[in-house]
Amino acid sequence: MLENLHNNKKIQLALGFLLGIPFGFFLQKGQVTRYDAIFGQLILQDFTVVKVMFTAILVGMPGVYIMRRLGWVVLHIKPGAVGSTIVGSLIFGVGLALLGYCPGTAMGAVGQGSLDALFGGVAGMIAGAMVYAHVLYPRLQERGILSKGDFGKLTVPEWLDIDNDAAILAFILFGMFLFTFFERFGI
Amino acid sequence: MTIIRVISRFLLAASCPLLIGAVFTLYAAGFISPATAALEETESTIASDFQHRFPEAFQASSNPFTMKRWSPYAAGAGIGVLSWLAFLLSNHPLGVSTAIARTSGMIEKPLGEERVTEKAYYQKFPPEIDWEWMLVAGLLVGAFLSAVLSGDFMPESVPAMWEQMFGNSAALRLLVAFIGGVVVIIGARWAGGCTSGHGISGALQMAVSGWLAIFSFFLSGIVTAFIIYGLG
Repeated sequence: MLENLHNNKKIQLALGFLLGIPFGFFLQKGQVTRYDAIFGQLILQDFTVVKVMFTAILVGMPGVYIMRRLGWVVLHIKPGAVGSTIVGSLIFGVGLALLGYCPGTAMGAVGQGSLDALFGGVAGMIAGAMVYAHVLYPRLQERGILSKGDFGKLTVPEWLDIDNDAAILAFILFGMFLFTFFERFGI
Repeated sequence: MTIIRVISRFLLAASCPLLIGAVFTLYAAGFISPATAALEETESTIASDFQHRFPEAFQASSNPFTMKRWSPYAAGAGIGVLSWLAFLLSNHPLGVSTAIARTSGMIEKPLGEERVTEKAYYQKFPPEIDWEWMLVAGLLVGAFLSAVLSGDFMPESVPAMWEQMFGNSAALRLLVAFIGGVVVIIGARWAGGCTSGHGISGALQMAVSGWLAIFSFFLSGIVTAFIIYGLG
């Protein structure tokens, strides 16, 4: 569906920008573009980040899967491997705690005037991406580290051998339990 | 045999939420208390400081555009709906870190075309403006609009919580943020995605890679943050 729209490059660039505006708006209104929110989450003091993230996941999940059943959208599952997904994300977490922003919220923080996100975060990220492209990626490829423990484009229901709908229901129930827990204990 | 396989996988999968649940239960019961006394003090100082500086931000406002802060559930639901639109209209999940890798290539290009074209990584992600790059540009504008409309826009180099831990030296904060930026993007490109691409888009598609990424970056993030907090 909507292939003509998907293939129109100029309209897609405009759509990217138009979808980005509410994305940044919601992140800023959720106050997750604040260093204090991200660092507060990591020292388990402020659970705003988990609340925003998990609500986005639990709202997004049924919508995308229903549209997929209707034939409106296709999934874009990222392939994973122990050597890339887990090792990379563990490194990411260290950077997240040091920077206090993730790549998306760092850009949002620049928009709200956080100079540490601009001159520290964004500058560091651009430098880091160069280091990755020139120094790390060729070596990681050469040694096959990124494909160690490769499990491909696996989904949780495929992995567990269960129905998609049952898995979505389980995720939503788990989320409800988690949110109730947060609000019950004033976290 | 199939039943055993299913049960063992179920237990394996359930162990993550159970582990998280156990930590929360211990936390709520008061067995784990991450330096609460000091934190309460920090929080109240920050709050009163903010109230002092921005009294208008603490007045009740019913207009969502001028409110400084929404319920995290409302902001999250908005991002969830946005991901529907991104899939439907653009056949693309929300993501950020690839755009930053492309930007690096764009910045390097003037230094020598072959620097960029010969690199395998830039062949995989050519340095050009694409949908995701425009998304990130829009993200910046959207956050700016939100902050300006609510009076939350303020140039600031040292966040309040950092100042409580390490003082008001902008140089120190910028240095650590720069190092953090380098590490965070190396991790994101290594893993093939960040909080948006893996954390939100991957997890909402129920990708194993997305959920593993969330678990891994919270794990190392929490450990590192407690070390930083201990130093401060």
